[in-house]
Amino acid sequence: MTSPHTYQAQAIVIKQTKIGEADKVVTLYTLEFGKLKAVAKGACRPGSKLGGNVEPPNYCLVMLAKGRNLDIITQSQTMDGFLKVKGDLWCISCSSYILELVDAFTTEGSPNQPLFELLLDTLKNLSLSNGDETVLRYFELHLLQHLGYRPQLRRCVVCNLPLKPGVNFFSPGQGGALCSGCNHGEFTSHPISIDALKVLRLWQDCDYHTVSRVKMSSKLSSELRLLMQEYITYLLQREVKSMAWLEKLKTGFGVGSDCGVN
Amino acid sequence: MSFFAEPIANLIQEFSKLPGIGPKSAQRLVYYLLRNSNEEAKALAEAILELKEKIRLCSICFNITDCDPCVICQDKERDHSKICVVEKPSDVLPLERTGKYQGMYHVLHGAINPSQGIVPEQLRINELLSRLQDGSVSEVILATNPNMEGETTALYLYRILEPLGIHITRLARGLPFGGELEYADDVTLAQALESRREF
Repeated sequence: MTSPHTYQAQAIVIKQTKIGEADKVVTLYTLEFGKLKAVAKGACRPGSKLGGNVEPPNYCLVMLAKGRNLDIITQSQTMDGFLKVKGDLWCISCSSYILELVDAFTTEGSPNQPLFELLLDTLKNLSLSNGDETVLRYFELHLLQHLGYRPQLRRCVVCNLPLKPGVNFFSPGQGGALCSGCNHGEFTSHPISIDALKVLRLWQDCDYHTVSRVKMSSKLSSELRLLMQEYITYLLQREVKSMAWLEKLKTGFGVGSDCGVN
Repeated sequence: MSFFAEPIANLIQEFSKLPGIGPKSAQRLVYYLLRNSNEEAKALAEAILELKEKIRLCSICFNITDCDPCVICQDKERDHSKICVVEKPSDVLPLERTGKYQGMYHVLHGAINPSQGIVPEQLRINELLSRLQDGSVSEVILATNPNMEGETTALYLYRILEPLGIHITRLARGLPFGGELEYADDVTLAQALESRREF
């Protein structure tokens, strides 16, 4: 039973910062309260019962006590430690990118249940998919959807006419696709292939299981990555730092679980 | 307008910049120094100046030292074929205190943290690779912290050191002495089970 001063939450650990001698400020994305920051006292000490539980990207059940400024984590139980993700360089880097996106796009105190479920499913899929990049694209697309930035991909965002096969454009500024007739004076837009449009439309409305069955050429995969990267950078008005690291890993070691160590 | 004389106000301001020291603690320290003898105040000031003048990084292991190479790198009795890679200079001390390790060290000065923009180029990884070029090192012990940044760093180092054919090991994971099984987290317990050994 919880007293008015304590409460429970299902949480995914997004990041942590060390404060003082052995304490940590932990940023959690919770099912019940959205993003929140809390203090894990003594979490840096090897003998701490909290330390291992509040490591990103753990999914855990936490009990928090109301504090004057930040709430305090009093108990924590790991529900899923994503061991396979933590043992693979590519997967752990992907999880870092996913958590950075959630941290950048969310504000404290606005719960979003579908977003929490998406984050949890994505971390699970990441460990099952052996580092397939589709997991990242699916996450990006649905993250934006849950936050109100779902791109319009069936009709032109300016004239509202259905898009025709042929030359179309994607405009991060307008939040969707443009037909060739409406792409005048739009500085942020660039061409989008019909295959990329089709794949994105499919991904918008189906689950990850269906998405994972779509086989793509490396050219199409690269086009989708650049498109989503540009859209996210436009919305955040800054680069996502972990993206550069993922690019480095891909060029340095080859993509996927090959660059991991199990 | 300040309530303090200028020298007091200046010192309070300087002490307040130190980690964990607020304005009240800074005032207490200043009044303590005022009560003390001139010699003690002078000794403190000289110790701070000496710290900044004499302390530098060892050109071999990049640990902080007052002589280059550092005492550990100069020691002929130590095993120069083993290098223990740590994140920070302060990580060397607890390993030395165990008295169980007689090899060399390499301090990276950080850990890979993609979301903070900390990448391998900002760490002393190229210097580590240079140390391994002559083939005299037979084992590299990865002693990065068991957290997300430490894991990323260890996995990255393993990936770039593996082709060199050097024996790469990591510090064992498991239950801390004095800890209780009931409170152990799943990750630690799973790794403790995987790393179990003959009794």
